[in-house]
Amino acid sequence: MIIIEIILRLALWLVLAPLLPGIINKVKAWVAGRRGPPVLQLYYDLAKLWQKGVVLSTLASPGFIAGPAVAWIAVLAAAQLLPLGPAGAALSFRGDVLLLVYLLALARFCTVWAAMETGSAFEGMGSAREVSYAVLSEAALITAVLALSVHTGSVTLVTMLAPAAGAGAVLLGAGLFTVLLAENCRVPFDDPNTHLELTMIHEAMILDHSGPPLAVILHGASMKLLLFALLLTEAVLPLGDLPALQAAGALAGGVLAVTMGVGLVESLLARFAFRRVPMLLTMAFLLCLFALLMAWKGGAA
Amino acid sequence: MIPSLNLLIGLAMGLNLLALGSGRLPSIIRSVALQGMVIGVMPLIMDTHFEWLTALVALGTVTVKGFVIPYLLRRATRAANIERENEPFIGFVPSLLLGAGGTIAAVALARALPLLPEHTGSLLVPGALASVLTGFVMLIGRAKAISQVCGYLILENGIYLFGLLLIHATPLLVEAGILLDLTVGIFVIGIIVDRIQRAFDSLDTRKLTVLRE
Repeated sequence: MIIIEIILRLALWLVLAPLLPGIINKVKAWVAGRRGPPVLQLYYDLAKLWQKGVVLSTLASPGFIAGPAVAWIAVLAAAQLLPLGPAGAALSFRGDVLLLVYLLALARFCTVWAAMETGSAFEGMGSAREVSYAVLSEAALITAVLALSVHTGSVTLVTMLAPAAGAGAVLLGAGLFTVLLAENCRVPFDDPNTHLELTMIHEAMILDHSGPPLAVILHGASMKLLLFALLLTEAVLPLGDLPALQAAGALAGGVLAVTMGVGLVESLLARFAFRRVPMLLTMAFLLCLFALLMAWKGGAA
Repeated sequence: MIPSLNLLIGLAMGLNLLALGSGRLPSIIRSVALQGMVIGVMPLIMDTHFEWLTALVALGTVTVKGFVIPYLLRRATRAANIERENEPFIGFVPSLLLGAGGTIAAVALARALPLLPEHTGSLLVPGALASVLTGFVMLIGRAKAISQVCGYLILENGIYLFGLLLIHATPLLVEAGILLDLTVGIFVIGIIVDRIQRAFDSLDTRKLTVLRE
């Protein structure tokens, strides 16, 4: 029974994740007045990439292939820690939120490692940017998690995410949304559609990957987007207080709203200059810090 | 009542940060206007039963702070034809950090203050102190006259938040007088901004410190 449940959960994550980039692209196309690619475009791309061969650099060690694989598994494992609204999490224990943060860090490390394998200058540059942004966005994420745990007095994701974030909900929502944009390399931090190597971050890191490893990277990126959208929705909405069916509906609606929000941000905002990015991330960190302050202050009263 | 009030105060604190971090005049004006509207709605939430007086105060505050003052500021910006970028004395990240430090200090300080029991759960006092400090940082750290005015408005919003503690004790006349003063003040500043622009071809207040024949 448990095995069936876990398989169902894995299947849900694997199948649903590539839907989000499709929705984002559809929203962008809709705002621009185009028809746009079909919502299922990423599924077609993944299927196509899976059938292709792999071009391997003579310089690359097995880490070139292992990196994306480990990163993908780490994100999938992190996803299993996150509760799916009323259904709860596949795996839940005291302090699992720390494991979530570390698994995401491991995934980033592996992506960067695989990117550096071929010794390409562009990929080194992309990696440097990814890591330097991550310093700030991880600080914001950890502060947000801290705010939630102070608010609920717990370090288990299931109990932390059940009630609303209280007085700091607006701040926490804004901070986490900015972290979502930064972590998933969306506008205004990075443009996923850009084709100029000098300005790319995430796309620059995967320039040399092809075939199935590229498919794994793209799928992992979409899972990470779904993970952050879920985290944001569950942190802000009081899903624990609703009946199961309503909570599931609210969760789905929230994720959809976040995804469309990302699409709207991408249509209405230009990518920021690199020197402005640390400021935006600092602001996200401070928003989460304020949420922490309010949780602390509210809890004392 | 207290949770939703705290939510709004949280929003106002977030808008403080936004005003400190934004580099363009229109976005600063927008966040100050939004903050004015947010704190304008608060009296309605604080009262358990509906009262005409508080509704009138709320309506007046929202109209003046959310629409009239931003309109005057935008008109001054347009009339003076100033560039919309603002170059600060204190950089954006340092001023953000200063504002955040001020907010943390405000929260810590508010815990130490002897408050009435009905106000201990609310974030009114830390929110007010934080807005006042943010306003100070903006007044000190920005070179353009218009962004200094926005800093002044944030400071005033903080004082208004403080005043909400006494909402049942202050008569309507005082509130109306403050709003009128504020509007006239912004109106006058709009004219002064135009004059500074004509005399110096710039709104940079640094040029006002040098004497000339």
